[in-house]
Amino acid sequence: MTFRTVEKKNFPPFIDSLIQATEVVGVREKVEGKYEFAPLESSSQLALDYDVTLLSPKKFLFPPLETLMKFQISPTVSCQPVLESRPLVIVGIHPYDIKAIGQLDRIFADANEDGHYLKRRQEAVLIGVDIKRASPYAFCKSMNTATVQEGFDLFLTDVGDSYVMAVGTKKGGELLERHAVSRPATKEEIAKREEIQEKIPYKFSLNAVTTPYEELPRLLAENSQSKLFEELAEKCFSCGSCNLVCPTCYCFDVQDEVALNLSEGERFRLWDGCLLDGFAKVATGENFREDRSQRIRHRIFRKGKYIYEKYGQHGCVGCGRCASACLPDIANPVEIFNRLKEGK
Amino acid sequence: MTTAAQVHTGSFSGQTSIYLPSLAEILRTEQLTKMEKLFEIKFKNGKELGHQPGQFVEVSLFGIGEAPISVSSSPTKKGSFELAVRAVGNVTRALHTLDRGAPLGIRGPFGKGFPVEEMKGKDILFVAGGIGLVPLRSLINYTLDNRSDFGRMMVLFGAKTPAEQLFQDELSRWRGSKEMEYWETVDRSDGQWKGNVGVITTLFPKVSLDPKKTVAVIVGPPVMYRFAILEAQVKGIPDDQIIVSLERKMKCGVGKCGHCQINHVYVCQEGPVFSYAKIKDLKEAI
Repeated sequence: MTFRTVEKKNFPPFIDSLIQATEVVGVREKVEGKYEFAPLESSSQLALDYDVTLLSPKKFLFPPLETLMKFQISPTVSCQPVLESRPLVIVGIHPYDIKAIGQLDRIFADANEDGHYLKRRQEAVLIGVDIKRASPYAFCKSMNTATVQEGFDLFLTDVGDSYVMAVGTKKGGELLERHAVSRPATKEEIAKREEIQEKIPYKFSLNAVTTPYEELPRLLAENSQSKLFEELAEKCFSCGSCNLVCPTCYCFDVQDEVALNLSEGERFRLWDGCLLDGFAKVATGENFREDRSQRIRHRIFRKGKYIYEKYGQHGCVGCGRCASACLPDIANPVEIFNRLKEGK
Repeated sequence: MTTAAQVHTGSFSGQTSIYLPSLAEILRTEQLTKMEKLFEIKFKNGKELGHQPGQFVEVSLFGIGEAPISVSSSPTKKGSFELAVRAVGNVTRALHTLDRGAPLGIRGPFGKGFPVEEMKGKDILFVAGGIGLVPLRSLINYTLDNRSDFGRMMVLFGAKTPAEQLFQDELSRWRGSKEMEYWETVDRSDGQWKGNVGVITTLFPKVSLDPKKTVAVIVGPPVMYRFAILEAQVKGIPDDQIIVSLERKMKCGVGKCGHCQINHVYVCQEGPVFSYAKIKDLKEAI
């Protein structure tokens, strides 16, 4: 990895130059204290000192609703794939969201390549940034996601008067060369970057999972019949908000829509959630996860066991979005993991 | 400087969609029962489906949607394939309104079929409950077409009523066949029925078999498995020689959409056919 330095006075022109050249999405304050990834029209809109965004940048790579194909019904039946993508730069991604995107990359490329995701992903440039403020719900230290050393094209660390940019890919280096005034980072600046990053995990010390990362699968396996899932189910609305805000949830439904002329239409996919009542229900009426407790368990096992066993990285990246989105306040993985550990 | 993005998405060329069906048309239909209709289907470009017994396809009706359907014909039948479909959902009800010449889309075949290679030389106990005969017929006809590769064929079939028996022409051939031993039952008689009455488990005591060399293949509605598997175990058949095919919501068929999962297992990828030994510890499987 190489490191380059961009003076702070040269940073807004870098972003503005990107905006001139391509579509840029960045972190913006939506309402007071609430942030979102949204298109940038000017560098002044960028808010890099945010705690967490409402939704992760996943929404630009795996949109909530996405056309998979167009079809004609009359006079003859035919269908064509729709693979939409365009160059996109995403600025200000925190390490947990970078790790979440890396996980989606593997899942959508695994066994059967999902071109709809992969094509869009290949045209995206990811620019990460250190976490300056910890969201009260985040537990990134426990999930090894407070810092990240790969999976980005560029990564910014604020070292005072300038940003040290870790260049993760050739694409990131070229972007910097074309759009920014930069110079190789000095040894001191690189050391300063390391010093800053070493402290970041401790911003999350107050919100910690009591079971070590590698031992979560065993904790869950030993507690698959825990009464806790039934207790949480009594309060759960089955609303799927925890799925909706999760940066690693990728389940989807597929639906058809016919145009008003009744001769053509589209097949699209839309985000789905395993907490929703009908998620595992088949046409005959059989629902294979009918009880809310089963669905809550399924989600937690996805986040703390199944994905880890397949990919070596937990499905939960510790962003805390589910905990803050859950109205009855039962979705927080920290509380669930820790209560299972305590056996109550 | 290789990143996760390059490692995992680098090879994709970007022109195809795993969700795009191939166009096909209906060659023939046959009303099997009040609820089930048979469709003989051929790809427009003439290609073979190339399936294994026990695999499924995603049937597309453009403007309605997709549904996962087991292939009911044996791969030994060339040029076309057959689906037997119960009208229960949006797609299947719409499918029932179609007849010869109607176009549709097909994706697949998907999933793992019955382990026919491992079953060669073994005696086979086929246990079909109701609509479970649809995927099992693919294997039964495959076994009949390769009869010398297999030992005894023992078929147990249970339906709710005589009128709900699928593939009645084939059943009447099986009844008198020297190639197989066939037992059947219905849950409720219609007054005319002269055969066994009772659930499918009542047929097991009629069969004597050598458990060491027998593979039991059990396909039926979800409620049937627990009881039928127990009967096979009572016969002494080891768990890894008990084969089941599980129904789940296979929405995408390619291991992405998440609906078919049993715990960590994507049924559309690792199933729908499993040995009981493999799934008995999966909490939600049976």
